[in-house]
Amino acid sequence: MATVTQLRPPQPRAANRRKLAVLRAAGLLLGAGLVLLAVLISVAVGSKHIPLDAVWNALFHFDGSYDANLVWDQRMPRTLLGLAVGAALGVSGPLMQAMTRNPLADPGLLGVNAGSAVAVVVAVSALGLTSLSSYVWFALAGAAAASVVVYVLGATGRGGATPVRLALAGTVVTAVLTGVITAFTTMNAKSWQLMRFWTIGSLVNRGYDVLWQVLPFLVLGALIGLSVTGSLNALALGEQVGRSLGAHIGRTRVLTATAIVLLCGGATAAAGPIGFVGLAVPHAVRAVVGPNYRWVVPYSMIAAPLLLLGADVLGRVLLPTGELEAGVITAVVGAPLFIHLVRRKQLAKL
Amino acid sequence: MTTTESPQKSPQWTLRSRSGGISLRLHRRTAWIAAVLVVLCLAVVLASLLSGQFPITVEGVFRALAGQGTLQQRYFVNDVRLPRVLVALLVGAALGVSGGIFQSLSGNPLGSPDIIGFNGGAAAGALVCMLLMHDSSLLATGVGAVGGGAAVAVLVYLLAYRGGVRGYRLVLVGVGVNALLSAGIAYLLSRAELTDSLNAQVWMVGSLNGRGWDQVWILLVVLVLVLPPSLALSNPLLTLELGPEAATSLGLPVNSLRRWAITMSVLLSAVAIVTAGPISFVALAAPQIAKRLARSVGPSLAISGLTGGCLLAVADLLAQRLFPAAQLPVGVATVVLGGLYLGWLLVGESRKGLA
Repeated sequence: MATVTQLRPPQPRAANRRKLAVLRAAGLLLGAGLVLLAVLISVAVGSKHIPLDAVWNALFHFDGSYDANLVWDQRMPRTLLGLAVGAALGVSGPLMQAMTRNPLADPGLLGVNAGSAVAVVVAVSALGLTSLSSYVWFALAGAAAASVVVYVLGATGRGGATPVRLALAGTVVTAVLTGVITAFTTMNAKSWQLMRFWTIGSLVNRGYDVLWQVLPFLVLGALIGLSVTGSLNALALGEQVGRSLGAHIGRTRVLTATAIVLLCGGATAAAGPIGFVGLAVPHAVRAVVGPNYRWVVPYSMIAAPLLLLGADVLGRVLLPTGELEAGVITAVVGAPLFIHLVRRKQLAKL
Repeated sequence: MTTTESPQKSPQWTLRSRSGGISLRLHRRTAWIAAVLVVLCLAVVLASLLSGQFPITVEGVFRALAGQGTLQQRYFVNDVRLPRVLVALLVGAALGVSGGIFQSLSGNPLGSPDIIGFNGGAAAGALVCMLLMHDSSLLATGVGAVGGGAAVAVLVYLLAYRGGVRGYRLVLVGVGVNALLSAGIAYLLSRAELTDSLNAQVWMVGSLNGRGWDQVWILLVVLVLVLPPSLALSNPLLTLELGPEAATSLGLPVNSLRRWAITMSVLLSAVAIVTAGPISFVALAAPQIAKRLARSVGPSLAISGLTGGCLLAVADLLAQRLFPAAQLPVGVATVVLGGLYLGWLLVGESRKGLA
């Protein structure tokens, strides 16, 4: 060992690594700055344009003017929700891909989106609920129930929740629930009328009440998610290697799954199933910072709200009248960017 | 032909021509499962011919098939029920084989021909015909679907092409393009008239209502041309699953094999879409169910096709009989039935501590 160290001293590599870490941390800060900018723009832009200095005044020196009320009652809840939902999707995406070790895994794979959707459809067609804030609890409960079924289906037995089994179980439950949804929507025009708008995913017309309802779930989920990134790195090397490196495989999987359900369930309950963000952002981030989850998860947590808020703002200004839903724009803007990254860079595999 | 059992009682039969020039190895379990599935398919066909609003006996069915019996009997058996169940079987078989090829090729149990974008493109093309040009005849939607699907599939392939197409990059490019398409589809559906969008939704789920001999002939012609070369891919694909390096060193032309396999898979999935709409779940579930039934290592494409056919025919029968008033699209029954069965298989596997 000693001779090897003498031949190739480790100092330059360590220094390089430290420099890289500093660079990445700086990038993270820059990203946070961009998110702040996106928040300001999102508050300023809309069918009534508010100049940035007026936005600043309204935020920090509330004077009761029309603009100030508009900022606090309409634009702020929508923007904050976009921020929270985007960050949640950004964290849950890499967690899901790490847990199933599958590049096709989107946060909805544990059955979360389908579970929420079924609950909402049943609430609308059978119980006749109409207000958005009353769906939220149904959506959350449906998401939780569906993901528990998926996890039990995927995890029973000696092998435990192997990635392939979890992915298959998730697909199965999602498929069955989607069948149930379709049965409802083909036979009940009212529920179809709701579902065809809900499935796009949008931030419109959600007030503070929806935000406060889902925020605790999102915060808890994000904290759990950020805490398991180290173990996910070990898990990415495979179950046996991970175990021999000291990772608790079972505990990591349960924690990760819990975080995903909290994050994705909350996000879907609040804004509908915006699937693409959680699926694509981690891949794009991986193309920039490599496969280390300690960086992938925070970067993705910054990049996803940028995409979502940007899409929401674009949706407000693209059409001369009316709006385009954020769910449409995220795909229209995000997909070409994503394809470009996937084509250009040496791909970091899972 | 002679049938000999291998000396070490290995679980396979070998068929040899008399000169020994041509031989075919059959795994015993695979052969049994195939036979059981064929019998099951025939039983489903008979059950489909027997059941429905118009009552008929077994004897009546056979008389009608032979061209005898009353006019009504011949109409319901030969022109309504027989083509419909045949379409179900053939579409299911096409989807099962197509999915089996693609899952083996991408090495991903979530992989299905949808990835290459054909289904998404087809759905978008058909929706443009239905919702923007207001023409929802089977011909127009068929043309729209094939046009859209082919355009998108070529686009995905070209975008993923970087001196050969690697499975991983193809899958990721497909993810991006599909996201774009599904956003477009959701947008079209949300902005259309309510009744138009309801009809479009039924098409999107996949339905066999009103399918007749026209569709059967289209399917037969395509399947006769495409199925034999597809089934012959089983062994090369098994070798390719060892990895491209190993396969190349074993003498396999990896790149041309991949291109050929993708073409077959897309053709099969295209004919299914044109005749029955984008029934999504069969291509995903049938190969997985087949793999567990046959307990085989590689892609058992023949079993996968038979499973797909059975699955779709049974699902259609159930959809028609359980909710006769609702005219439930077969896609709904397929996902529920196939999903429950695959779930049951997963649970059974875990009890045995497999997987």
